Amino acid sequence: MEEGRTGLRKKAYYTRQIKRATHLLFYRHHRKPGVKGWELKRKLGSDYPKVLNVLDRHLENLDLQVKTVFEGEKPAEKPTLEQLDRARFYITLRGELTPKETKMMGWRIDDIAGLATSISYIISKKGKASREEVEELLRNKLPGWRVGTNIDRYIRYGYLAEDENKQLFLDWRTRAEIDQKALVDLLLGTESEEKSIG
Amino acid sequence: MPSKRQMKKLGSEHLQRIIDLCKSVEDRGLDPFIVDVDDIIAVVRKYFPVWGLPEELCLDAEAIHRLASVIKLQSDWVKHQSTSLYTDPFLLEDKIRRLDKRELANLFLKTWHSIVELEQISPYSLAGAIKYWEGLLPMSERWQRPSPLEREIGSATREDMIRERILTDKAFSEELENFWEELKQRVGEEGRIRYWDFIGAGTYPETIRRAYMTSFLVTYGYATLEVYRLEDEIFIKPFEKPVSLQAEEQLVSIPVSVSFEEWMRWKKGEQD
Repeated sequence: MEEGRTGLRKKAYYTRQIKRATHLLFYRHHRKPGVKGWELKRKLGSDYPKVLNVLDRHLENLDLQVKTVFEGEKPAEKPTLEQLDRARFYITLRGELTPKETKMMGWRIDDIAGLATSISYIISKKGKASREEVEELLRNKLPGWRVGTNIDRYIRYGYLAEDENKQLFLDWRTRAEIDQKALVDLLLGTESEEKSIG
Repeated sequence: MPSKRQMKKLGSEHLQRIIDLCKSVEDRGLDPFIVDVDDIIAVVRKYFPVWGLPEELCLDAEAIHRLASVIKLQSDWVKHQSTSLYTDPFLLEDKIRRLDKRELANLFLKTWHSIVELEQISPYSLAGAIKYWEGLLPMSERWQRPSPLEREIGSATREDMIRERILTDKAFSEELENFWEELKQRVGEEGRIRYWDFIGAGTYPETIRRAYMTSFLVTYGYATLEVYRLEDEIFIKPFEKPVSLQAEEQLVSIPVSVSFEEWMRWKKGEQD
């Protein structure tokens, strides 16, 4: 009897915490979206990773997920609490967008191809490439007069960053939204397919 | 054997060259392995005993600091090479060049999991709004004094344009009709054309003339503009017959910047 009551109390507690986590993660509280681990800890308590796991399972039915972006490299093993506290959490799409859906979001095929080109090129250059090189590569895909405008747009949205020496880097949104390894693998994968056909 | 003074002069020149080399590697993203760390350490060590003044020691410290940054770049490079993300840049570049943009976009969409967020008033946006509100002049003052920008823009009559030789003295309506015909021919099956592709011409004055004529096409109901703000795109779409503008309809001005820089950018794009 007592056990059942404890179980119910626990369930009610997690239901409340999941609601709070949903509010924290879906609504933007700062200039950039997402919430830091230490903020979640303060609002949800030290077992916030568990709350996020349960929320993630709920979101799966909606094709969404809780995405964790660590400071620096993703830890190879199970992340420590300190690493989680410093990480940033977002709600992102779990599956894929169709080209039609991206059009509704205001992205043209040209823009997506340009973004894909810029990001994969910067990855291949160890995370840093000169704007001039990226622009030169983009001229293959976009009308020349759109190249500069598009790069500025990627910077404005947080996909790329530019320093005073006109070097481009990957910025916070790329780290949060793009599976960089999968992108490189896919690009190279299609390469091997072509070779095997040839 | 050089004197101590000569050693100092030579040493500070050496250190300055080291600093410049390391700085250019850092700033311009050059290969960090062009810097031979052992050689540089040897040079720094050689001259260290002759330094005495604070500025000389500062120069020495800066050289070491710059060298440390280059070593960090070398270390990052090695780390990157050993990660699964490492790939030959030439191979990837070649791949990107060969894929057409639709293939590239479809491939990218498989790896893109965009953030879901709801925008609402936040302390940050509220602070921005308060700042804007505080800087806003009262309506009475704004209406009394036209803004300097408005004074700068001014207006040009058709006579002004003829005097500036932007327009010819040909009957304006005839000229407009011809321009409308040209637009109808150029839109093709899509029924519309990008604004810049239509107004853009070989020279800047001609581009201005075409932008000016286009504004009349829209104002007089010969054509309409389709503005896609999110995509930064403007299309011009001709009507088959001129459309009379209803008096009760709210007219909207669409400012389109046709600056020399934008024209240069467009022209460069055309040549490519």
